[in-house]
Amino acid sequence: MTLAAAADAALPPIASPLAKAAAAVRRNPTIFIGAALLTALVAMTLAAPWIAADPFRQAPINRLRPPSEPFWFGTDQFGRDVFARTVHGARVSLIVGLSVATISSLIGLAVGLVCGYFKRIDGIVMRVMDGIMSIPSILLAIALITLTRPGLGIVIVAIVIPEVPRIVRVVRSVVLSIRDQPYIESAIAGGTRNTKLLLRHVLPNTLAPLIVQATYVCASAMLIEAGLSFLGAGVPPEIPSWGNIIAQGRTFFQIAPWSIFIPGAFLAATVLAVNMLGDGLRDRLDPRLARRM
Amino acid sequence: MNLLEVRDLKTQFFTADGIVRAVDGISFDLAAGETLGVVGESGCGKSVTALSILRLIAPETGRIVAGSIRFDGHDLTTLSNEEMRTLRGHKIAMIFQEPMTSLNPVLTIGTQIAESVVRHMGLTWHAARERAREMLELVRIAEPRRRLEEYPHQLSGGMRQRVMIAIALCCNPQVLIADEPTTALDVTIQAQILDLMLELKERLGTAIILITHDLGVVAETCERVIVMYAGRMVEEAPAASLFARPRHPYTRGLLRALPRVDAEGETGSGRPRLEEIPGLVPALTRPIAGCAFGPRCGFAVERCHTQPPVLSETAPAHRVACWEAGRVAEAAA
Repeated sequence: MTLAAAADAALPPIASPLAKAAAAVRRNPTIFIGAALLTALVAMTLAAPWIAADPFRQAPINRLRPPSEPFWFGTDQFGRDVFARTVHGARVSLIVGLSVATISSLIGLAVGLVCGYFKRIDGIVMRVMDGIMSIPSILLAIALITLTRPGLGIVIVAIVIPEVPRIVRVVRSVVLSIRDQPYIESAIAGGTRNTKLLLRHVLPNTLAPLIVQATYVCASAMLIEAGLSFLGAGVPPEIPSWGNIIAQGRTFFQIAPWSIFIPGAFLAATVLAVNMLGDGLRDRLDPRLARRM
Repeated sequence: MNLLEVRDLKTQFFTADGIVRAVDGISFDLAAGETLGVVGESGCGKSVTALSILRLIAPETGRIVAGSIRFDGHDLTTLSNEEMRTLRGHKIAMIFQEPMTSLNPVLTIGTQIAESVVRHMGLTWHAARERAREMLELVRIAEPRRRLEEYPHQLSGGMRQRVMIAIALCCNPQVLIADEPTTALDVTIQAQILDLMLELKERLGTAIILITHDLGVVAETCERVIVMYAGRMVEEAPAASLFARPRHPYTRGLLRALPRVDAEGETGSGRPRLEEIPGLVPALTRPIAGCAFGPRCGFAVERCHTQPPVLSETAPAHRVACWEAGRVAEAAA
C-alpha cells in the first residue's frame, strides 16, 4: 500500500450531497422552513395565471359562497374567487417587500458607510435620520399618496423613506466597530486610499448584518403595505392585494369570514417565513461575525 | 548616509484629562539596512513614535506638534495626505502586533498582498498575484498557490504574521517598522519570525525599526538600541555596548529585572532574586520638571528633580540622558 493510498483510507468517507443537505437542515432548521415557505409562495405567485381563475371576474350569482370544490377559498360579495384574488395579491406583497428591502438597503448602505467612516458628516446626517424616524410611517404614506396618484410605485417610496434610517443605523454601527479594527489600521498603513478602504475593506464586513436587517425590513414593508391598502391609502382598490381584499371583505365579515381570514393567514405566513429566514441567517452569519470581532 | 532622520519629535494627544505628551522630543537616525531596536515599557511612547513616522495618529485625538521626520529628502510632517498615502506601504511599511486581527477576515490572502502591489507598483492584478505567490514563497509558506486562495481564519498565528511580513515587504520598502511583531506569538514561532525578518533584511536591504518590550529580542536582532521612558529617549547605544555597560539607571534596572540562566547567586547558593524598579511610570498629562525617571531612581540627586538631563555622548556612539551617568557606569563596572 502506498503512502497516498494510506492517507486516503484514513480520511472519512465523503458525505453524499443529500446527507450534507440533511445535516445543514438539522443544524439550522429555521432558515430552511422560512426559505421553503417563501419559495412555495414565489412559485405560487409566478404560476398564478395558470393555477388560479381571473381575479377580476365578477359573478353575482356566486357571491358570498363558502369554501367549496369550485371556489377553494370561497367568494366575496361580488362573486369574485377569493383563491384567485389571494394568489394574485401575493404578487403585490412580494414586489413591495422585495423592492423596499432592496432599495432601502442600497440607500441605507451608502449613507451608513459614509456616516460611519467620515465623522464630520456623521452628526448632521444622523440627526436627519432621527428626524425621518420620528415621522409615523403610515401618516407619511397617507400624506404622500394624497399628494400624488395612488399606485404601487408611490407605496414603495412611502415605505422606503421611513425604513432607510433603520438600515443606516445598523450599517453605521457596524462601520464604527470595523474602522477601529487592526486590519483597517494596517490597510491604512499600507497606503490604501479612502474609497478603496471603504469599498474593499469595510463594505464586505457590513454585508452579513445588512442582509439580516434587510429581511426584517422586507417583512415590515409587507405589513405596512397591507395596512395602507386596508386604510385605502395603498395600492388602488381595483388591484387585488391582501390589504385590499381584507378591506373589501370587512363589511361582510360576519357572514363571509373567509375573505378576511384567508388573505390574513397568507400575510401572516409570509411575514413569518421572511422573519424566520432572517432569524436563521442571523444565527448563521453572526457567530462568524462574533469570532471576527 | 541616513535614510531616516527624526529630530525633536513631539506627539501629543488631547484628552479630557489634559494634554498627554506621549512622545516628548525624540531624535534618532536610521541608516540604510540597519536594524534599530526601540525598547521601553508599555506606554513609554514606542508605538506612538512609529505611528508618528507614518503619520497614522488619528487627527481627532492627537497630533505631531513639533519636530521633523526627514526621509528620502522630504520632511514627512509637511507632506500632503495623498503623498503620505503613496509612501505608506511602499517606501515605509509597517507590521503590527496582532497577526490574528491585522488581516481582513473577508478577503483572501492573495487579494490582500496583491492589493498593495497593484496600488504601489502599478502592476496588473494578474502580475500582482504572481508577485504575491513569490512573496509567500519568500516568507516560507508551504503551498503558496493554494494559500493565496485561503482566508485568514484558515491560517495559524505564525503564518498570519508571515503573511503580514509578505504584505509589508512586497513593494521592497526601504524602511520596515515592526511594532511588537512577535509579542502575540509563542516562543518557538517568535524565533522563526525574527530569523525570517533578519534574513529578508539581508536579502532585500531593508532597514528595520523593531519596537519591542522584550530585551531578549533586541539582544538577538538589533545593531543599535534606543531606550525610551515616559515619552523621552533615555539611552541610545550599539546593542553590545548597551547590554555590556548600561549607562542609564532605567536601562540598568531593566537589565537587572531580566532572569538570567548564567548568573550565580552572590552567596553561591542558587540564583539571585530578580530586582524590580520601584515606583510607577509618571502620568504623562503633567509636565515633568526634571528627569522623568528621577522619582524612581536610586542614583537621583537634587539636580535630577529640577533640571531635565540632556542626551550626551559618554562613550563612542553611546548617548545617555542622565546627570549621574558616570556614577551609574562606575556602579555597573
